[in-house]
Parts: sequence; C-alpha cells; structure tokens
Amino acid sequence: MIFASRYSLLVTGFIASLAAPLQQACFVQATERQYIIAPLYFGPFLMSEPLVTVQSVSVTLGGNAVLSDVSLTLAPGRITTLIGPNGAGKSTLARLVLGLVQPDNGNGSGGTVSRRKGLRVGYMPQHIKVDDSLPLTVDRFLWLAAPGPTASRRAALERAGVAHLRRRGVQQLSGGEMQRVLLARALLRKPDLLVLDEPAQGVDVAGQNALYGLLKTVRDELGCAILLISHDLHLVMAATDEVICLQRHVCCSGSPESVSRDPAYHELFGPGAGTPNLALYTHDHDHDHDLHGNATHSHEHSHSHHHDHDGPCNHD
Amino acid sequence: MIELLLPPLLAGLAVALVSGPMGAFVVWRRMAFFGDTLAHGALLGAALGLALDISLYVAVVAVCLGLAAALSGLQRQRQLAGDTLLGIVAHTTLALGVIAISLQTGIQVDLFAYLFGDLLAVGWQDVIGLWVGAIVILLLMLWQWRALLSITVNEELAQVEGIAVQRTRLLLMLLLALLIAGAIRTVGVLLITSLLVIPAASARRLTHTPAQMAAVASVLGTASVLAGLAVSWFANTPVGPSIVVAASSLFVLTLLRKPA
Repeated sequence: MIFASRYSLLVTGFIASLAAPLQQACFVQATERQYIIAPLYFGPFLMSEPLVTVQSVSVTLGGNAVLSDVSLTLAPGRITTLIGPNGAGKSTLARLVLGLVQPDNGNGSGGTVSRRKGLRVGYMPQHIKVDDSLPLTVDRFLWLAAPGPTASRRAALERAGVAHLRRRGVQQLSGGEMQRVLLARALLRKPDLLVLDEPAQGVDVAGQNALYGLLKTVRDELGCAILLISHDLHLVMAATDEVICLQRHVCCSGSPESVSRDPAYHELFGPGAGTPNLALYTHDHDHDHDLHGNATHSHEHSHSHHHDHDGPCNHD
Repeated sequence: MIELLLPPLLAGLAVALVSGPMGAFVVWRRMAFFGDTLAHGALLGAALGLALDISLYVAVVAVCLGLAAALSGLQRQRQLAGDTLLGIVAHTTLALGVIAISLQTGIQVDLFAYLFGDLLAVGWQDVIGLWVGAIVILLLMLWQWRALLSITVNEELAQVEGIAVQRTRLLLMLLLALLIAGAIRTVGVLLITSLLVIPAASARRLTHTPAQMAAVASVLGTASVLAGLAVSWFANTPVGPSIVVAASSLFVLTLLRKPA
C-alpha cells in the first residue's frame, strides 16, 4: 500500500516531519480553493444545524440489548470518534446513524434518529466482498457511487493514495487497498457526513497519521462531519474534536483531553490508558490554516501525562 | 421451411436476448437455485392458468411473485439454510404442478412441453408477446441499471447512498418472473435456469465490465438458440435440450481462453 509505505521509513511519533508531504499535497489543491477556505474557516464558529441527531435510542438485535439510551449529535465540520471495547455497540451506533439499523420502537421508548433533509452520506465499511463472478474495476466501482467524468474518480483515488489501482479488478485488492478504495468512493460523493468503520485497522502508525491528516484536510475542505469508529485509543485522540466512549451506553464523552481524564474511560480501558509510556498526541486547535488554506502545522506532539482521575465525567 | 422456422427462431431470440443481462444478475447474486425454484413454481402457475382458464403468462407471473415473497419470508428464520428451503419449495411446487396438470379433464396437456419446452409449437401471437415483454424488461433494466448493479455489489453501501434497495430487489424479482413466464414455452421449466446461467458464465471470462458481460451473455445466448434450432432441425433432436447443449458447448469453448 503506497500510502503507508511512503511513510514507513519514518518511525512513530514525529508527526511534524511527517506532515510535510501532506502539506505539499494540500498546497497544490489549496491554491485553487483559497477563496472557499475562508468561509469554511469561520464555519465552526457559526451555529450550524446538526446533520444527525440520535436521541436516547435503544437498539435490540436478535434479543440482545446492543445499545441503550444513547444520544449523539453530529454537526458539520466536527470529527467524532467512537471508542469502546469489542461488542460495545460501536458499529451498531454507526449503522444507526447510517439508517442501516432501526431503533427499537416497542412501547415508544426506542428513541429517535433524525437526519437533515437531503443529507449526503459517504460510508467506508471495514470490508466488503464483491462476488468473483462480477467483472468490476475500481473505476466502475466508483462510478456506481457517483456517475461523472473519469477525472473526478481519478482525483478521489489520488486523494486516498490509490490512483494506481483505478483499472484493477476489485476482487484483486488486498484488504488495505480495498479500504483505500472505499475511502475514495466515500469522498467522491462529496458527503455532508463521512462515516468510517475502523479506518486504521491493519495500518501501521505512520500510515494512520497520514490517514488522520487526510481526514482533517477533508473535513476542512468539505466542511463535513466525520464519524470514526476505532478501538485505537491514542492516535485517534489527536485528530478528533469529540470522543464518545461506548459500552452499550455512553460511558463518557467530550474532548479527547477530558475523556482521557475520565475515570469511566480508565475503567473501560484499564489503568494503562493515557499513561506516560502511551503518550497522547493532542491536537493543537490554534494552528488550523493560514489565509491560503495551508495547514501550518497539522499536529502538535505533546506529552500530556494525565494522572488526574478526578476529571469531569459526562455520564449521560 | 422459413415460415415454419421463423416464429420459433424469433421467440427463442427474444428469450435469449433478455436472458443475457438477467442471467448476469442471477450469476452475480448467486440466484441460480432461486431462479430454478421460480421456474419449477411456474409449472404450478401454468396448471392454475389452465384450471382457471386465465392467461398462462399472468398465472405464471403471479405464482412466481407469490413464491418469491414466500421465500423471502421463510428465509427470515435461521435454522434452515436458504438452499434447503429452495429445495423444499422447488420440488413441492413441481410436484403440485404435475398433479394439477394431471387433474385437468377435457383438454390434453403435453406435460413434456412444459418441462422441456416446445419451441416449434410457438405461433406468431406468442412471438409478438415475447418481443414486447423482452423490450419492456430490457428497458426497465437499462433504466434501473445503476441501482440494480449497486445492490448487487453491496446492499448496505447502496442503501447508504440513497438507493431504494427493497424496491430495486423487488423489481429484479418481477423481471425474473416475467422472463420465466415467457421462457416456459421455449425451453421449458427444467431448462430455463441453464439459459440464464450458462451464457452469463461463459461471458465472464471474456469481459471486463458488468455491462460487457451482460451484452456478451445476450450474444452467446442468441448463438445458442440459433445453433440449438439448427441441430434440432437437421438431427431431429428436441429443441430445448439442443439449445442448452449448444450453450454448454460455448461455455466449454470459453474455458480454453485465458481468464480475462
């Protein structure tokens, strides 16, 4: 996978140096877009209508209560990450947002999910399997999501770092390549909401950094909301505006910093989470973009050692 | 000779033309056994049509759609696998169809013609009906091509992207039922699946895109009908089976080619 291998020489952590090639990539595109970036930059300061609102929803699948009394709001321009152990209901919550799972509605207590009218969604599932009998190239696969000129598909693939796969059959892709292609497909739709299920699965640390950098760029460009699922605790934190810690219900939520201080978070992930040897990469909110839309420094490498277990717990 | 051969030829070509894209979807969606079950059920539909004295095509389409609905209902229970259920339904409806036909009094019904087709008995009225049906099916498929293909690639992605998955799936069932109703007279209920599956399977090795595969399947199906009719005419073999053997021969030929 080109995307990962380009950065594989860089050892973990030094994100500042890693961000350089990404910035270059941004720059080329940013020059064409400098007038658009400005309103987007101020976008987060305006009160924007939420894209999806999940209100005290419960979901029962096959007789098992998977989610109970979960609430969630996805607003434009915000990156939200769902974390939690296996079986915590992360995927189910994402599928609820996508409309692939319905809330319980027995005796009217299942809660509600409301979506903004005309919401355009890009979805990157963990993996999909296309039957071998279907002769489908990556290019055609993308065409299905958004018919249009070849150039737009080529650009989307380039964005996801897999331009060289355009003429490949989808069945010949490795798991990681398929994920990139799915990301390109999601981006191609210019979504209002981008939902990614475990995007960092099987990607090395350098590749993950690049991925999160890309997601931020996409967020800034499209002004879309991004919902991520991850059980990767540390890298995710850097690229996220809000973390929701899930264990069938919302254990705690808030900014990465506040969640990492939350006792409920430590209870869920054990005492090792967020300790010095697993330093958090925190996202510096002051940097953002200069007038040309270039990310001036996309990450700040900060060693915040959180020992404070008395932080605010946002139990819903 | 040409007046004798022209109606069966045109009827066979209409069925083969539609079987291409339809068969491609049957192959992609692994619906071969499902299509077979509907075809078996079609015999029951034909028998009901005779008993109630209504149009054979209407009766067959109605029974096929009823079966499709019943099967999707049955598949919600998880103790028995889909192919087991299909096995039960296919052979039960076939048995019921044979019994129902044998109970017909007054008219002589050629069961063999329904099972293996009787293309040579097709008249001009059937030809017109088949071509109208074929054009309607092809236009509907063309119109809904992206939706049909999207739900075939991945139903969840399709749904997220705003495609009406249930409605599209229903459309595919309806078109399949229409095709089976039309094909009964040409290749018979036992051989319909082969006309769907074999040309599409042959086309797989020769093509690079879904549309190409559907089109090439149509061409191969058409060639099979021509070859089958010719063999049947000169060697005096039954028409339906001759067409199927022609299609299979083409499939074997494609195996010689390196996979695309």
